[in-house]
Amino acid sequence: MRHKTFLWFILPSLAAMILFIALPLVSVVVQSMHIEHEQVLVVTENCGPFGCTQESSVDTEATAKLRAEQPLGRFAGLATYFDRGHLASAEIAEAWANRESLGDFFAELYNLPFYKALAFTLTYTFVVTPMVIVLGLLIALGVNRLTPALKGPTIFVSLLPMIITPLIGSLILFWMIDAQGVIGKSLQWIFDDPELSLKASPPLTWITLIVYGIWSGAPFAFVVFYAGLQTVNSDSLEAAMIDGATKWQQIRYVVIPHLMPLAVFISLMQLMDNFRVFEPVVGFSAQANAPSLSYIIFADMRSDITRFNSAAATSVLTVIGVTILLAPVLVRTWRDFKGKAV
Amino acid sequence: MSSTIANRSSRSLIVISSAFVLLWVIVASFPFLWTLWGSFKVQGDFFSKADWTQALTGTRTLIETGGTFTGKGYEGAWVQEEFWRAAINTFIIVFFTVVISLTFGTLGGYALARSGHNYSFWLLMIALVFRAMPHITLVSGYLLPFFEWNLWGHIPTAIIVLVAINQPFTLWMLHSFFLNIPKDLDESAKVDGCNQFQAFRHVIIPVMWPGVITTGLFSFLLAYNDFSVTSMLLSEENRTMVPAIYGFLGSTQEEGNVMFAVASVVSATAPLFVLVMFFQRQIVSGLTAGAVKG
Repeated sequence: MRHKTFLWFILPSLAAMILFIALPLVSVVVQSMHIEHEQVLVVTENCGPFGCTQESSVDTEATAKLRAEQPLGRFAGLATYFDRGHLASAEIAEAWANRESLGDFFAELYNLPFYKALAFTLTYTFVVTPMVIVLGLLIALGVNRLTPALKGPTIFVSLLPMIITPLIGSLILFWMIDAQGVIGKSLQWIFDDPELSLKASPPLTWITLIVYGIWSGAPFAFVVFYAGLQTVNSDSLEAAMIDGATKWQQIRYVVIPHLMPLAVFISLMQLMDNFRVFEPVVGFSAQANAPSLSYIIFADMRSDITRFNSAAATSVLTVIGVTILLAPVLVRTWRDFKGKAV
Repeated sequence: MSSTIANRSSRSLIVISSAFVLLWVIVASFPFLWTLWGSFKVQGDFFSKADWTQALTGTRTLIETGGTFTGKGYEGAWVQEEFWRAAINTFIIVFFTVVISLTFGTLGGYALARSGHNYSFWLLMIALVFRAMPHITLVSGYLLPFFEWNLWGHIPTAIIVLVAINQPFTLWMLHSFFLNIPKDLDESAKVDGCNQFQAFRHVIIPVMWPGVITTGLFSFLLAYNDFSVTSMLLSEENRTMVPAIYGFLGSTQEEGNVMFAVASVVSATAPLFVLVMFFQRQIVSGLTAGAVKG
């Protein structure tokens, strides 16, 4: 295809991506380096019988005007990145200097909003992703053994947790785990503790969100693995059987190696999706105990005074995080590509 | 002797694996059935202080409304809180997002599949990175400029933003579908004197529909399920269903308002059920198309 034809074909799509994905990323970087204008102060001198006093007051009109004229604010460099709400370099240095133990230091770290969100987001990502793969594989192996008549309805039901709107899915479960909901009540009965509430303690909230993540992610892994199982070479399975391999050994040495490339694909997709976990935090009202990086950006934009610079700085840090997560994949693809070219 | 052991172990394996699948089916479907059932009850039954079986029997519902089922939640959500407006907005936004996404995506995906140049590889890689961007970080990039240029709050803004966010995925998916359509098809059309666009128009478009329908399903899901874009970029009267449901939660101080949210949750889930029922095969094939390539 000639360059010019290619350009015409790709143009609408490329323009949309540049305008609404690439430029917003630039916009985020620019916003993160600015900070809202300070209030304009006017100094007035009051002279009375006992001499003159200087008084400074806020000129609200001038402040409003300045802020309206330059909504971006004034240039602040990287100041926002290192403030208490983000990387908090000063606080960390202090905590490190005053630490009594390493645990104490991490406890201090956990009190900083950005690190708290980062801790939850990373835990969520790296617990949910492997669990989804394992559960998806088990379901796929199970469904594969069903009689054909049952397969269709089972796949239908299995798809539901995945296609459901994330906010709606988490709300449905949130209502059920409520202390007065059916799961909440059952848990109280099982553990014989009428005060048990999944919402109250941070560890239980984390577990709840992770369980939700696995519930909603497993169907994707299941479908991909299930399709992979249909293409397992029956000759090699038969050969393994003749050589005396048990069912377990057949799975371990024939099926799983065959599914390995699919597992890589699923983990890539799941890492991307889990790192941006957002709706479940909103749906489960878990912002106090388990905020995610996406959630703190949302909270900055939702607050009474929109903190554009703060939201933007967190966004930039999140994008850097995504890039680090993706780096191994990108490097590998680049090597493959180079290998092909040579 | 050994064969009976093998038989017994495989029978126990079948029992275990069937039990596991059954357990999964319950875990996957029970929340939906429970909420559907509960949406026809009053709040006192849905969240039963006394006994959870009341949600099944509808004790409080019978006392408060005179029947064991009530449509009060639905009436409150659709009539009183005007949920139908949100439903119409959702329909408009989803429809146009899907149509525009597919138009842009088929053209771009076709070009990427047929161009052997280096830059098409790079474009696909960049699309992959864009695909990984958390939507809320992009929204934080839009917000200030959109306020300034008075683009904020309008339905077309949300549509074009959703189209753009959809593009990386759409491009990847359609690109792999077009790779499966033999190159000879458009090559021979070009030999017969068509230019590239005519070849696309007369040869490719008639055979591309299965791929386009599958991709369209996923574009639909993305637009329909979105919360970050629609909740941040739309004004109150242009809200779609998902942010509207979130709005109900903010105003749940009054007794019974939770049931509005429950009813609207069930209403918003219904189209998704229908979709899976009719297009299960396409969804499964779409999910695996990317995987088999990768």
